[in-house]
Amino acid sequence: MSALLEVRDLSVRFGRHRTLAVDRVSLTLDEGDRLGLVGESGSGKSVTALAVLGLLPETATVTGSVRWQGREILGLPDRELAKLRGQEFSMVFQEPMTALDPLMKAGRQVAEVLGLHRGMARGASRPLVLEMLAAVGLADPVRIADSYPHQLSGGQRQRVLMAMALVNRPDLVVCDEPTTALDVTVQARVLATLDERLDDAGAACLFISHDLAVVSQVCARVAVLRHGRLVEQGTTAQVLGAPQRPYTRGLVAVASLEHAEPGSRLPLVDDFARDGGAS
Amino acid sequence: MPRVVLGRLLTLVLSLAGASVLIFLVVQALPGDLAQVMLGERATPAQIEALRERLGLNRPWVVRYLDWVGDMVRGDLGTSALSGLRVTDLVAGPIRVTGWLVLWSTLGSILVALPLGMWSALRRRHWDGFAVNALSQFGMAVPAFLAGILLVLVVAVRWGWLPANGYVPLARDPGEWARHLVLPVVSLVLVQGALLVRYVRSAFVEVLTEDHITTARSVGWTKLAALWRHGMRQAGLSLVTVLGLQVASLFVGAIVVENVFVLPGLGSMVLRAVVQRDFIVVQSVVMLLVVAVLVVNTVVDLLQAVLDPRIRAKEQR
Repeated sequence: MSALLEVRDLSVRFGRHRTLAVDRVSLTLDEGDRLGLVGESGSGKSVTALAVLGLLPETATVTGSVRWQGREILGLPDRELAKLRGQEFSMVFQEPMTALDPLMKAGRQVAEVLGLHRGMARGASRPLVLEMLAAVGLADPVRIADSYPHQLSGGQRQRVLMAMALVNRPDLVVCDEPTTALDVTVQARVLATLDERLDDAGAACLFISHDLAVVSQVCARVAVLRHGRLVEQGTTAQVLGAPQRPYTRGLVAVASLEHAEPGSRLPLVDDFARDGGAS
Repeated sequence: MPRVVLGRLLTLVLSLAGASVLIFLVVQALPGDLAQVMLGERATPAQIEALRERLGLNRPWVVRYLDWVGDMVRGDLGTSALSGLRVTDLVAGPIRVTGWLVLWSTLGSILVALPLGMWSALRRRHWDGFAVNALSQFGMAVPAFLAGILLVLVVAVRWGWLPANGYVPLARDPGEWARHLVLPVVSLVLVQGALLVRYVRSAFVEVLTEDHITTARSVGWTKLAALWRHGMRQAGLSLVTVLGLQVASLFVGAIVVENVFVLPGLGSMVLRAVVQRDFIVVQSVVMLLVVAVLVVNTVVDLLQAVLDPRIRAKEQR
């Protein structure tokens, strides 16, 4: 039996000068797997995720292989990929402020996803939409469904986005820093909800974050990216507890500042990975 | 929404009042005296004075202003001192000519600019999208009257396909009416359409890079469907504003083009009235144009409130 998602030697280049954003990255996710993708900003985490879903702008050149349940989906026409997106795999985005259509009520945006894949009329999907909004932890689903995005808080919008991504019970949910734009208390609650819903659906998750604490909360396995290259991969306990690579050690050290001595200089990632590129 | 409508209507009334004062004062400030023009070079000061009295020109300007506005509200645009004809009768013909010109030019530029602008936005990284963009830049640089003259020279004079100038009313001969309008409309569309292409393009380029379009694609819309379902209204929002401004500038552009094609529209009527110092005609026709522009602006504002819930929300507070 083949893996749910199998990425082999994925490389992404941008623009005329062919800047390499992702360099021969390989990942595997089985059903129900939770893989965290960590790294500094600009390390190629989001680009990797967008490449898997085929959502990169047309300036990007993608090579390698992305297999979904054994079927090659890289280079598939937009029309074919669109059938899979939202149905078999979906994505929760980073910016709740801009990721929703500002001119459409929240409930209708969720209903659209149902209508799109199940051919459900808007009236028929309403109970399902309200149920989904409640399931992602929104206390007053009727009011939320009839609100425009600008009438909702950041946390509420993020939950609406989650509802859109989860409503068709996809097998894989890609989460691109889903809690980064939220404040810490809201972040914890949204993460807990996400955790529950993924468990419920038995969905696999590719979780992108620069925040090691968040990743260790959600994911069983972690992959570390640096300059578009996979540096280290393993279980969360292995990678964050006993990092093998100097770069990963640096990431862990700067994330756990409780060990820093007051008055002394704070650690930098570069203290650990001085060699720049190949670590 | 009712509050939005009420607010916009109030704004409209206030702007109309302000505009009428301004127009009245500017026309008063024009050099030249109607009585002098009517009586000719050799009239005696006493004769001129008597005529001024009879025409009511000696009354204080506030009285004359209120008189004019009061008549207009009742639908009376005044009576031309020179011809003795009512202005409402005088403008009946020209208003149709200018109206047709503005209407067809607006529809024409939308029809040309919408597909071209969208094409150029979607294909902006390809040579054809770039070519559309470059051509529109060129079209914008050509003044409407120059486009008109060139069209007359080539299509009317050299090829003889269409009449070079003049106008035939729709009621008399629809075929001839259309033939006479083609060249003026085309010369306005060339310029206005080119400008509009650029606005359409930038509106769609902006929409295409919005995060929520990517969201729409991530839940299963194809690129085009995402743009159609979640981008059109947003693009429309900025385009409606531009269109409103374009209709306003079309009224001005039409005046120039009417002159090139010798069309008996409002433009040529105002010009003649200015030369003849027929102030009441100038005043009332300019006021009519201002009313048209302000009404278009109000419609644009209302359309935006219909399209954008954020605007409605702002008004509620």
